Amino acid sequence: MSETIKTDVVIIGAGPVGLFAVFELGLLDIKAHLIDILDKVGGQCAELYPEKPIYDIPGIPYITGHGLTEALMEQIKPFKPTFHLNEMVTTVEKIGEPLFRVGTDRGKVFEAKVVVIGAGGGSFQPKRPPIPGIEPFENKSVHYSVRKMDAFRDKNLLIIGGGDSALDWTLNLQPVAKRLTLVHRRDEFRGAPDSVNKMRALVAAGDMDLKIGQVTELEGADGELRAANIKGKESVERVECDAMLPFFGLTMKLGPVADWGIKMKDELIPVDTAAFETSIPGIFAIGDINTYPGKLKLILSGFHEGALMAQKAYHYVYPDKRLVFQYTTSSTSLQKKLGVA
Amino acid sequence: MSDVQEVSRSAAKSETMPKITFIEHDGTVHTVEAEIGSTVMETAQRNNVASIVAECGGACTCATCLVHVDEKWFPIVGSPSAEEEDMLDFAFEVKPTSRLACQIKVTQELDGLIVRTPAYQGR
Repeated sequence: MSETIKTDVVIIGAGPVGLFAVFELGLLDIKAHLIDILDKVGGQCAELYPEKPIYDIPGIPYITGHGLTEALMEQIKPFKPTFHLNEMVTTVEKIGEPLFRVGTDRGKVFEAKVVVIGAGGGSFQPKRPPIPGIEPFENKSVHYSVRKMDAFRDKNLLIIGGGDSALDWTLNLQPVAKRLTLVHRRDEFRGAPDSVNKMRALVAAGDMDLKIGQVTELEGADGELRAANIKGKESVERVECDAMLPFFGLTMKLGPVADWGIKMKDELIPVDTAAFETSIPGIFAIGDINTYPGKLKLILSGFHEGALMAQKAYHYVYPDKRLVFQYTTSSTSLQKKLGVA
Repeated sequence: MSDVQEVSRSAAKSETMPKITFIEHDGTVHTVEAEIGSTVMETAQRNNVASIVAECGGACTCATCLVHVDEKWFPIVGSPSAEEEDMLDFAFEVKPTSRLACQIKVTQELDGLIVRTPAYQGR
């Protein structure tokens, strides 16, 4: 196990609300580490609508999800948050008054006085294709991500999908695999044109196969895949394979948050509206994942929730200090923290 | 999510509103009124058609509002745009008449529309 990372606050989720919480905490001299399951910051803004318009951020008539993420990253720069991406928080245990031990699926361990859950709709996880009998193969010969390319060395590998993940892994794993077959529902690919051209060249050279259709049936035993049936327009074809990588994008699942002993209601976390604290003192929930009377799932509401959360978090982090409310416009001390005074 | 929650509009005149029928995979039938200018996805959500998930809220980025348009109706509804066709790659059991409900705008012409919803939208 790696060394324990000690910090003031662990923020679970690096979406817009988690990012802005860094700002509000930072103004109060509270340091934060952020953990997110995605490989990038921005949450839904990055994953679901990077190029889509958002019209209801106060003072910003129009911005894209990507633009908002970039702007928030710029805004929180002075506070030097630490990001742990591609990582899912699996455990949160109370070990003090308050003090929490937070563990991730990569084996990292944090100790923090405050935990802020800004996990939105839960964690983004790969969509599982509805192929009958797929469950026993999952994590044995059917994988939804590649952590080690070597795991696919000399395998007959089936990759399903037509986007960048499917194409990138096709190009990366083709030299490693014994034989690679890409399966896609149509003979058009939305992935980067350059990747599509490279893939087509490999097919033309006979170095990999491309099948147009949908995988409808799997064959094998004890988690070991033997073959898959691919249903095309006219016929069904059986392709021998011992590993499969389906790439159908991501979906939001609540995930492990339900196991941390926090009171939940309909997959949401009830909080008070003075500090947005959960049923466990020291654990806060802000943004889309919380619920309270009148709750609106708006980014701007999440920003407000983060500001109020920080006020209470301050008392856990600095129990002996008194908090004086200040404005960034007029306070030299806040401006120093922002690096502008 | 960034979109403002819908406020119900009771003032709309029901006799002129197009009707849409959703047939869920388990056979549940919902025939509901749709507001012109809204989308088939929004209509489903307002009327609690559970099999329309619409995770992204109508941004055409999640493919969890898949419907199979009744064959008779497909020529009237029309084919998906290139952007929507790309998103269909993230859906399951896609058929020639499959569409994303968030990309179908309700018009008077669609009065009587029948769509079927799949058993699984990816979650």
